[in-house]
Amino acid sequence: MQSILADTMFFPPERSSVAGSVDGLFDFIYYLSAIFFVGIVFAMVYFVLRYYQRPGHKEEPSPSHHEVLEITWSVIPSLLVGVIFFYGFTGYLNMREAPENAYEINVRASKWNWLFVYPNGAESDELHIPVDRPVKFLLQSGDVLHSFYIPAFRIKMDCVPGRYTSTWVIATDTTEAPDPNDENAKDGHLPMNLFCAEYCGEKHSAMRAKVFVHEPGEFDVWVEKAANILEGRSPAEAGEILFKRKGCAQCHSIEGDMSAKYAGPPLNGQWGTERKVTARGTTETVVMDENYVRESIRQPNAKIVEGRKPGMTVFTPQLLKDDEITAIIAYLKSLK
Amino acid sequence: MSTITPDTKLDIGHNDDPSSNYLTCSSGFLSWAFTLDHKRIGVMYLVGIFTSFFLGGLFALLLRIHLLMPNGLFPETWVNMNTYNQLFTLHGAVMTFLFIIPSVPAALGNFVLPLMVGAKDVAFPRMNLASFHLWVIGAIFFLIALFTTGLDTGWTFYTPYSIETQTNVIAATIGAFILGFSSIFTGLNFIVTVNTMRPPGMSWFKMPLFMWAIYATAIIQILATPVLGITLLLLMAERLLGIGVFDPSMGGDPVLYQHFFWFYSHPAVYIMILPAMGIMSELMSVYSRKPIFGYTFIAYSSIAIALLGFLVWGHHMFVSGQSPMAAVIFSGLTFSVSIPSAIKVFNWLATMYKGNINLATPMCYALSFIFLFAIGGLTGLFLGALATDIHLHDTYFVVAHFHYVMMGGTVIAFVGGLYHWWPKMFGVMYNEAWGRFFCLVVFIGFNLTFFPQFIMGSRGMPRRYATYDPEYQIFHQLSTLGAIVLGLGMVGAVAVLVWSLFNGRKAPANPWGAATLEWTCTSPPPFYNFEHAPHVGSPYDYSQLKYDPQVGGYVKDPNAKPASDHH
Repeated sequence: MQSILADTMFFPPERSSVAGSVDGLFDFIYYLSAIFFVGIVFAMVYFVLRYYQRPGHKEEPSPSHHEVLEITWSVIPSLLVGVIFFYGFTGYLNMREAPENAYEINVRASKWNWLFVYPNGAESDELHIPVDRPVKFLLQSGDVLHSFYIPAFRIKMDCVPGRYTSTWVIATDTTEAPDPNDENAKDGHLPMNLFCAEYCGEKHSAMRAKVFVHEPGEFDVWVEKAANILEGRSPAEAGEILFKRKGCAQCHSIEGDMSAKYAGPPLNGQWGTERKVTARGTTETVVMDENYVRESIRQPNAKIVEGRKPGMTVFTPQLLKDDEITAIIAYLKSLK
Repeated sequence: MSTITPDTKLDIGHNDDPSSNYLTCSSGFLSWAFTLDHKRIGVMYLVGIFTSFFLGGLFALLLRIHLLMPNGLFPETWVNMNTYNQLFTLHGAVMTFLFIIPSVPAALGNFVLPLMVGAKDVAFPRMNLASFHLWVIGAIFFLIALFTTGLDTGWTFYTPYSIETQTNVIAATIGAFILGFSSIFTGLNFIVTVNTMRPPGMSWFKMPLFMWAIYATAIIQILATPVLGITLLLLMAERLLGIGVFDPSMGGDPVLYQHFFWFYSHPAVYIMILPAMGIMSELMSVYSRKPIFGYTFIAYSSIAIALLGFLVWGHHMFVSGQSPMAAVIFSGLTFSVSIPSAIKVFNWLATMYKGNINLATPMCYALSFIFLFAIGGLTGLFLGALATDIHLHDTYFVVAHFHYVMMGGTVIAFVGGLYHWWPKMFGVMYNEAWGRFFCLVVFIGFNLTFFPQFIMGSRGMPRRYATYDPEYQIFHQLSTLGAIVLGLGMVGAVAVLVWSLFNGRKAPANPWGAATLEWTCTSPPPFYNFEHAPHVGSPYDYSQLKYDPQVGGYVKDPNAKPASDHH
């Protein structure tokens, strides 16, 4: 079903394989409603103009019920809504059941951002998918209810903490950010909006992301590159990304916040300074240098800063490679 | 409870002055605060709910003005995202719990229903007073929430957000819990009143349709409200004790909360709209001077809506992660409830056929209702159909849809009903020209506010957003402009009524020529409603009434033959 209203004021552009059928059903209901609405308003206006109270006008007897009429206007709408229900649910089943060969992306929603995790371990906060290929989104939430909504695809599904939900799509058009210097790039579609549609607290309306659709080859290149954070970045930049992505930022302030909101000590402006630590029950003083940081990541409980409790995740080489620790060290050095 | 037989002479009231009525028979704060008179309780409800309405309306105007600019019109220090979230939450919570649920049943119903059955009060006057006092206490808890840390959960209190937010969820839920009892008391009272206090001659199918509607509403109030009470108690226990029913980190299920919540709150939609439909049946008939068309279908459709309304709550949860099977079943059931509503609209239209249509203010509101409710109802089809709902769910399309139903439907019918019964309630006539003028302003403002929201919603604008993409700005601007017009219209509509209290012409007993019993007593009614027990006739037979220019209203036509279908 193709939509007649698709390019009118009612819809964002259609960019997925199901968008056409959703819009088609929308059109069908729209025209049906329009007919009924015009009929109702026409009858109302006609009766008002024809029978309004004026000198000399009197009401005339008419039947106060008419079974054939009443049954007719009950049965016909019943049949019509039956048709709407049928197309609504067949269309819906198509949207729920992802094909088995679908490319799977993990979507993690949390207050107030999106994290997309790809099969090769790449992570990004903007969504990149290949064109013309079924993509399944496995949705998770880290805190409260969120809802994964891409209007141009006509898909939406809540992210429920404590369980997995899913939805899927076949994107039909690629996106390119138009480059004003490039004559040939003018036709590229803008990246699409991804919204959080379920109210999730203070910055609900800021929980948006962009969706990029690539040619298959281009997508493979992107996802490979995205998996390798160290390449093409300075160590400090890569370290900053890793610091956030590996969860360091949840326990360590980089703004000098000493409060209980952060379990660990703040890390900015610390490089090269001395600190008192407890190591196996004895107190000693260490300098915050490369070896101390590396030890604190690999064996967090070896030397605990005074006043703090042990409890940090032990980062094995599987969780964090040596190269990545080097990048994090570079980042910590840069924090003033 | 007292039975009234024809020729029973009733006690006139607290003082013996024959010109005394329920407003003047006694005075002082206590004579109102502890009255057992259903009419005074109705009037106090009216004052209470209008105060709530303007508070809720003020929140709405503030947030609409904020949305004039994509990043918010007001500076961050005035309205930041937190303030915005509180504005829309309190708008929804105040409008739903304090205003719209009690509006027609508790305010108008309280006043009108006993008069319609020719009784001197409801079945349980003390319980009736208690329901109002509970409403006041509930309202106080809402004010506590408002003036302490506010509330930012949305009126739905969805978990787990409502468990962890720092705002005053406890005060608000206690408020809603208490208001639930208020609603149950009202419903219980009406059921018993209709069942036991109908006068001889008023069989079920001789009742005015407003009574059918209130009766159907009362069934929902009694059966659904306890579920909300239990849900809110569980939510409080979850917050205070961490019992883990809804909290996923303790193995609870947030989707279960949604099931519980909507099991009440969807039927609650019918608590809001059914009484409004009852008003419509009265208005269309009286102002067309025709018996209501298809009485039996309308009466049964009220009951059908009340019962089917219990089976459709899952359509609020099509994208919540409930099973696809459940979604399909709920979608099917949802469409079934649209049919009785459609039937009513056709019946109202048919009532106008060959009538003598008096375009008085209440009728203008009634016509406005049909226009707006038709849009509200038809756009429900887009949301009941699964494939289209996936896209439209939680967008402004939904916001527009339920405002067309709730405000375009219930509020418009409520105001129409208020204008209709105003002369009876206060014994004064309002200014027709201004009444109609503000009806038109409300109609224009309403459509300008909410129609653009259908468009931006189908274009993907999510609801409950403090900031938005610039592509939606034009629709937001139109909507805000409409909201201002609508606000002025509502203030004007109420001002016309208030003005009439001081300057209005004295109202006759029956200014509109209606045939229901409340129009047989004087306006305003005496303390005990009727000096003589009224004679029950057909509620929609106008042939017995004729206009008397000297009275300025309708009187019984001495030459009229008894109606043929009157038993």
